[in-house]
Amino acid sequence: MSVPVGHYQYDQVDRDFLEARIAEFSEQVARRIDGSLSEDEFKPLRLMNGLYLQLHAYMLRIAIPYGTIDSKQMRMFAHIARRYDRDYGHFTTRQNIQFNWIKLEETPDILRDLASVDMHAIQTSGNCIRNVTSDEFAGAAADELVDPRIHAEILRQWSTLHPEFTFLPRKFKIAISGSPHDRVAARFHDIGILARPGDDGRTVFRIFVGGGLGRTPIIGQEIFDAVPEERLLATLEAIVRVYNAHGRRDNIYKARIKILVQALGIDAYREAVEAELAQMDLEHYRLTPEMVDAIQARFAVPELSAPDNAAQELASKRRENPEFDLWVRSNTHPHREAGHIIAVVSLKPAGGIPGDATSAQMDRLADLADEYSFGELRITHLQNIVLGHVRQDRLYALWSSLKEVDLASANIGLIGDIVACPGLDYCALANARSIPIAQKLGARFGDASLQAEIGALRINISGCINACGHHHAGHIGLLGVDKRGEEFFQITLGGRAENGASIGTILGPALPEDDTVDAIARLVDRYLGIRQKGETFLDTLDRLGDAPFKEAAYETV
Amino acid sequence: MRLFELGERTAKVHESLVTLPELAENTDVRAVLLDIADDPAALKPYLNRLELVVLRFPIFRDGRIFTQARELREYLRFSGEIRAEGHVLPDQAAFLKRCGVDSVVLPEGSDPELWERQLHRFPVAYQRSVLPSRPVGAGLRVEEET
Repeated sequence: MSVPVGHYQYDQVDRDFLEARIAEFSEQVARRIDGSLSEDEFKPLRLMNGLYLQLHAYMLRIAIPYGTIDSKQMRMFAHIARRYDRDYGHFTTRQNIQFNWIKLEETPDILRDLASVDMHAIQTSGNCIRNVTSDEFAGAAADELVDPRIHAEILRQWSTLHPEFTFLPRKFKIAISGSPHDRVAARFHDIGILARPGDDGRTVFRIFVGGGLGRTPIIGQEIFDAVPEERLLATLEAIVRVYNAHGRRDNIYKARIKILVQALGIDAYREAVEAELAQMDLEHYRLTPEMVDAIQARFAVPELSAPDNAAQELASKRRENPEFDLWVRSNTHPHREAGHIIAVVSLKPAGGIPGDATSAQMDRLADLADEYSFGELRITHLQNIVLGHVRQDRLYALWSSLKEVDLASANIGLIGDIVACPGLDYCALANARSIPIAQKLGARFGDASLQAEIGALRINISGCINACGHHHAGHIGLLGVDKRGEEFFQITLGGRAENGASIGTILGPALPEDDTVDAIARLVDRYLGIRQKGETFLDTLDRLGDAPFKEAAYETV
Repeated sequence: MRLFELGERTAKVHESLVTLPELAENTDVRAVLLDIADDPAALKPYLNRLELVVLRFPIFRDGRIFTQARELREYLRFSGEIRAEGHVLPDQAAFLKRCGVDSVVLPEGSDPELWERQLHRFPVAYQRSVLPSRPVGAGLRVEEET
């Protein structure tokens, strides 16, 4: 069996571990059914196996460690969609996939199918360290310093069934990036890690702690600037240990690490972590170069080679075909290797449901990954799919194939690239449906030329204050609220997740769904009218403040 | 009271068990019950004479116990018995053992066979714990002494 490009290769030991986990879960389901486990006791156990109870059915969330899968694994998702769900799956903002129409009794079978391709649903929910996310352009981007997936895999392993940290006060999310351009929203995570090369040839880590969205959006603060590789696990143990011991457990809305960091202050939190480190046997927790290298050896590296004229080929196709040119502009990213390019496949067709893919699309994406990108696919935190290593002279052929299956929307990073939570269509917590308004906005701005004209603009939609659609971090954020039984949306402007992370501010009173769509259309028109040459929406907003946008949005209301 | 032993150490029944505030006045007592909110470091002056520290789960979801046990074993080098009691699930057996707990007071109606099965469920672990271990292949995986 060949070693997969881009993710860790399991061996028999890893497979036996998954097998044991499935056997355990099957027994837990049986104990729930015979009553020896109460619902209250079963709930955290099933959540730690990815199984949620939603509004209408069980949902199974499957882990995609650091967002990378191979074509065989993607085909398995297609199989699960066909066999156990309604022929589609939903890719999430944490690079996972979830299936929304699952039967409890079929769950062990699904987990067995997943294990046959070295996949699982471990720790995709529950008050534990969740699946670790990473940069969707890892190992490919021209601007990258370190491929963060090796350390992401180390963190995945370290956090798997961690004996001390499986019953934390609340969920715990870690993201890691190896690029100066933060593509993982590091400062909106419980722990955000930026990796860079150190002087000794090993990696060093800048660590942020206490960030998060949700009800109380807070930007993470730097706890350490340069943690050496061999201290990485010890440092994380110490950070999480302080949280486990002192995080609040009396109120789930105050239980995240961000609340503790705010309460203590970052300096006191750092001191507490240093006090732990001073007592720990650091040798015991040492992450040795040998351990790192052994994990790295389980990742295959793509053998890249492109003809000398690859770039010219691409350039000439772009001149010949303006539609293709538009797609290349928005949906690609520079590759580290000459003659190659990173392609992003949008799962945001105009009027479609953001992040959904049918089994036929998944199968096709798997085929295209085999044909064009070493069988490797990445899921982005904006719910799109990346083919990381495409030869430039073959990009046109790839795009033509994507068009055939309606996967060639040219809108990555543009207004049509909407992030929306599942909302009231699925979720028991929601106040409003996020999907229909996303579909209306997607349709309103569907035209690719219009989207290119508008430029970089992110819309994020959450159906309630739990903020799963990350509305606080959207350039335009929409929050669903309930007004006397009717669904209204509150608009925020100016949020951003990337470098210079900030939280959006509320524009004015909430509006009903259709009025919200109209208000955003007017607001975007106003931006196009008042922007200076070369300005993005955020640039104009930063220059003028939100007054002109407020005026436009509430013009006729 | 039924005791379940997680490892080699034989669990011993102690007649008198006191709380942390009571420990200072009872110089002959060898067993203490820590509250979930107690800092194990407060036991420092008494460690030499203590034979048993009991940690109590108010509810199985309260994971502070795991950190308390680890601090006792790793920071304070406590070499006596650590026991867990209260609302605890068999699904937590291996976690407890790996954090340094030796025995569990089985809740009413527990099935010791299930506890045994859960204790030995996983052939390897992906991180070090307080138990002696050896690497399994290369990387982070370890096999622990059971």
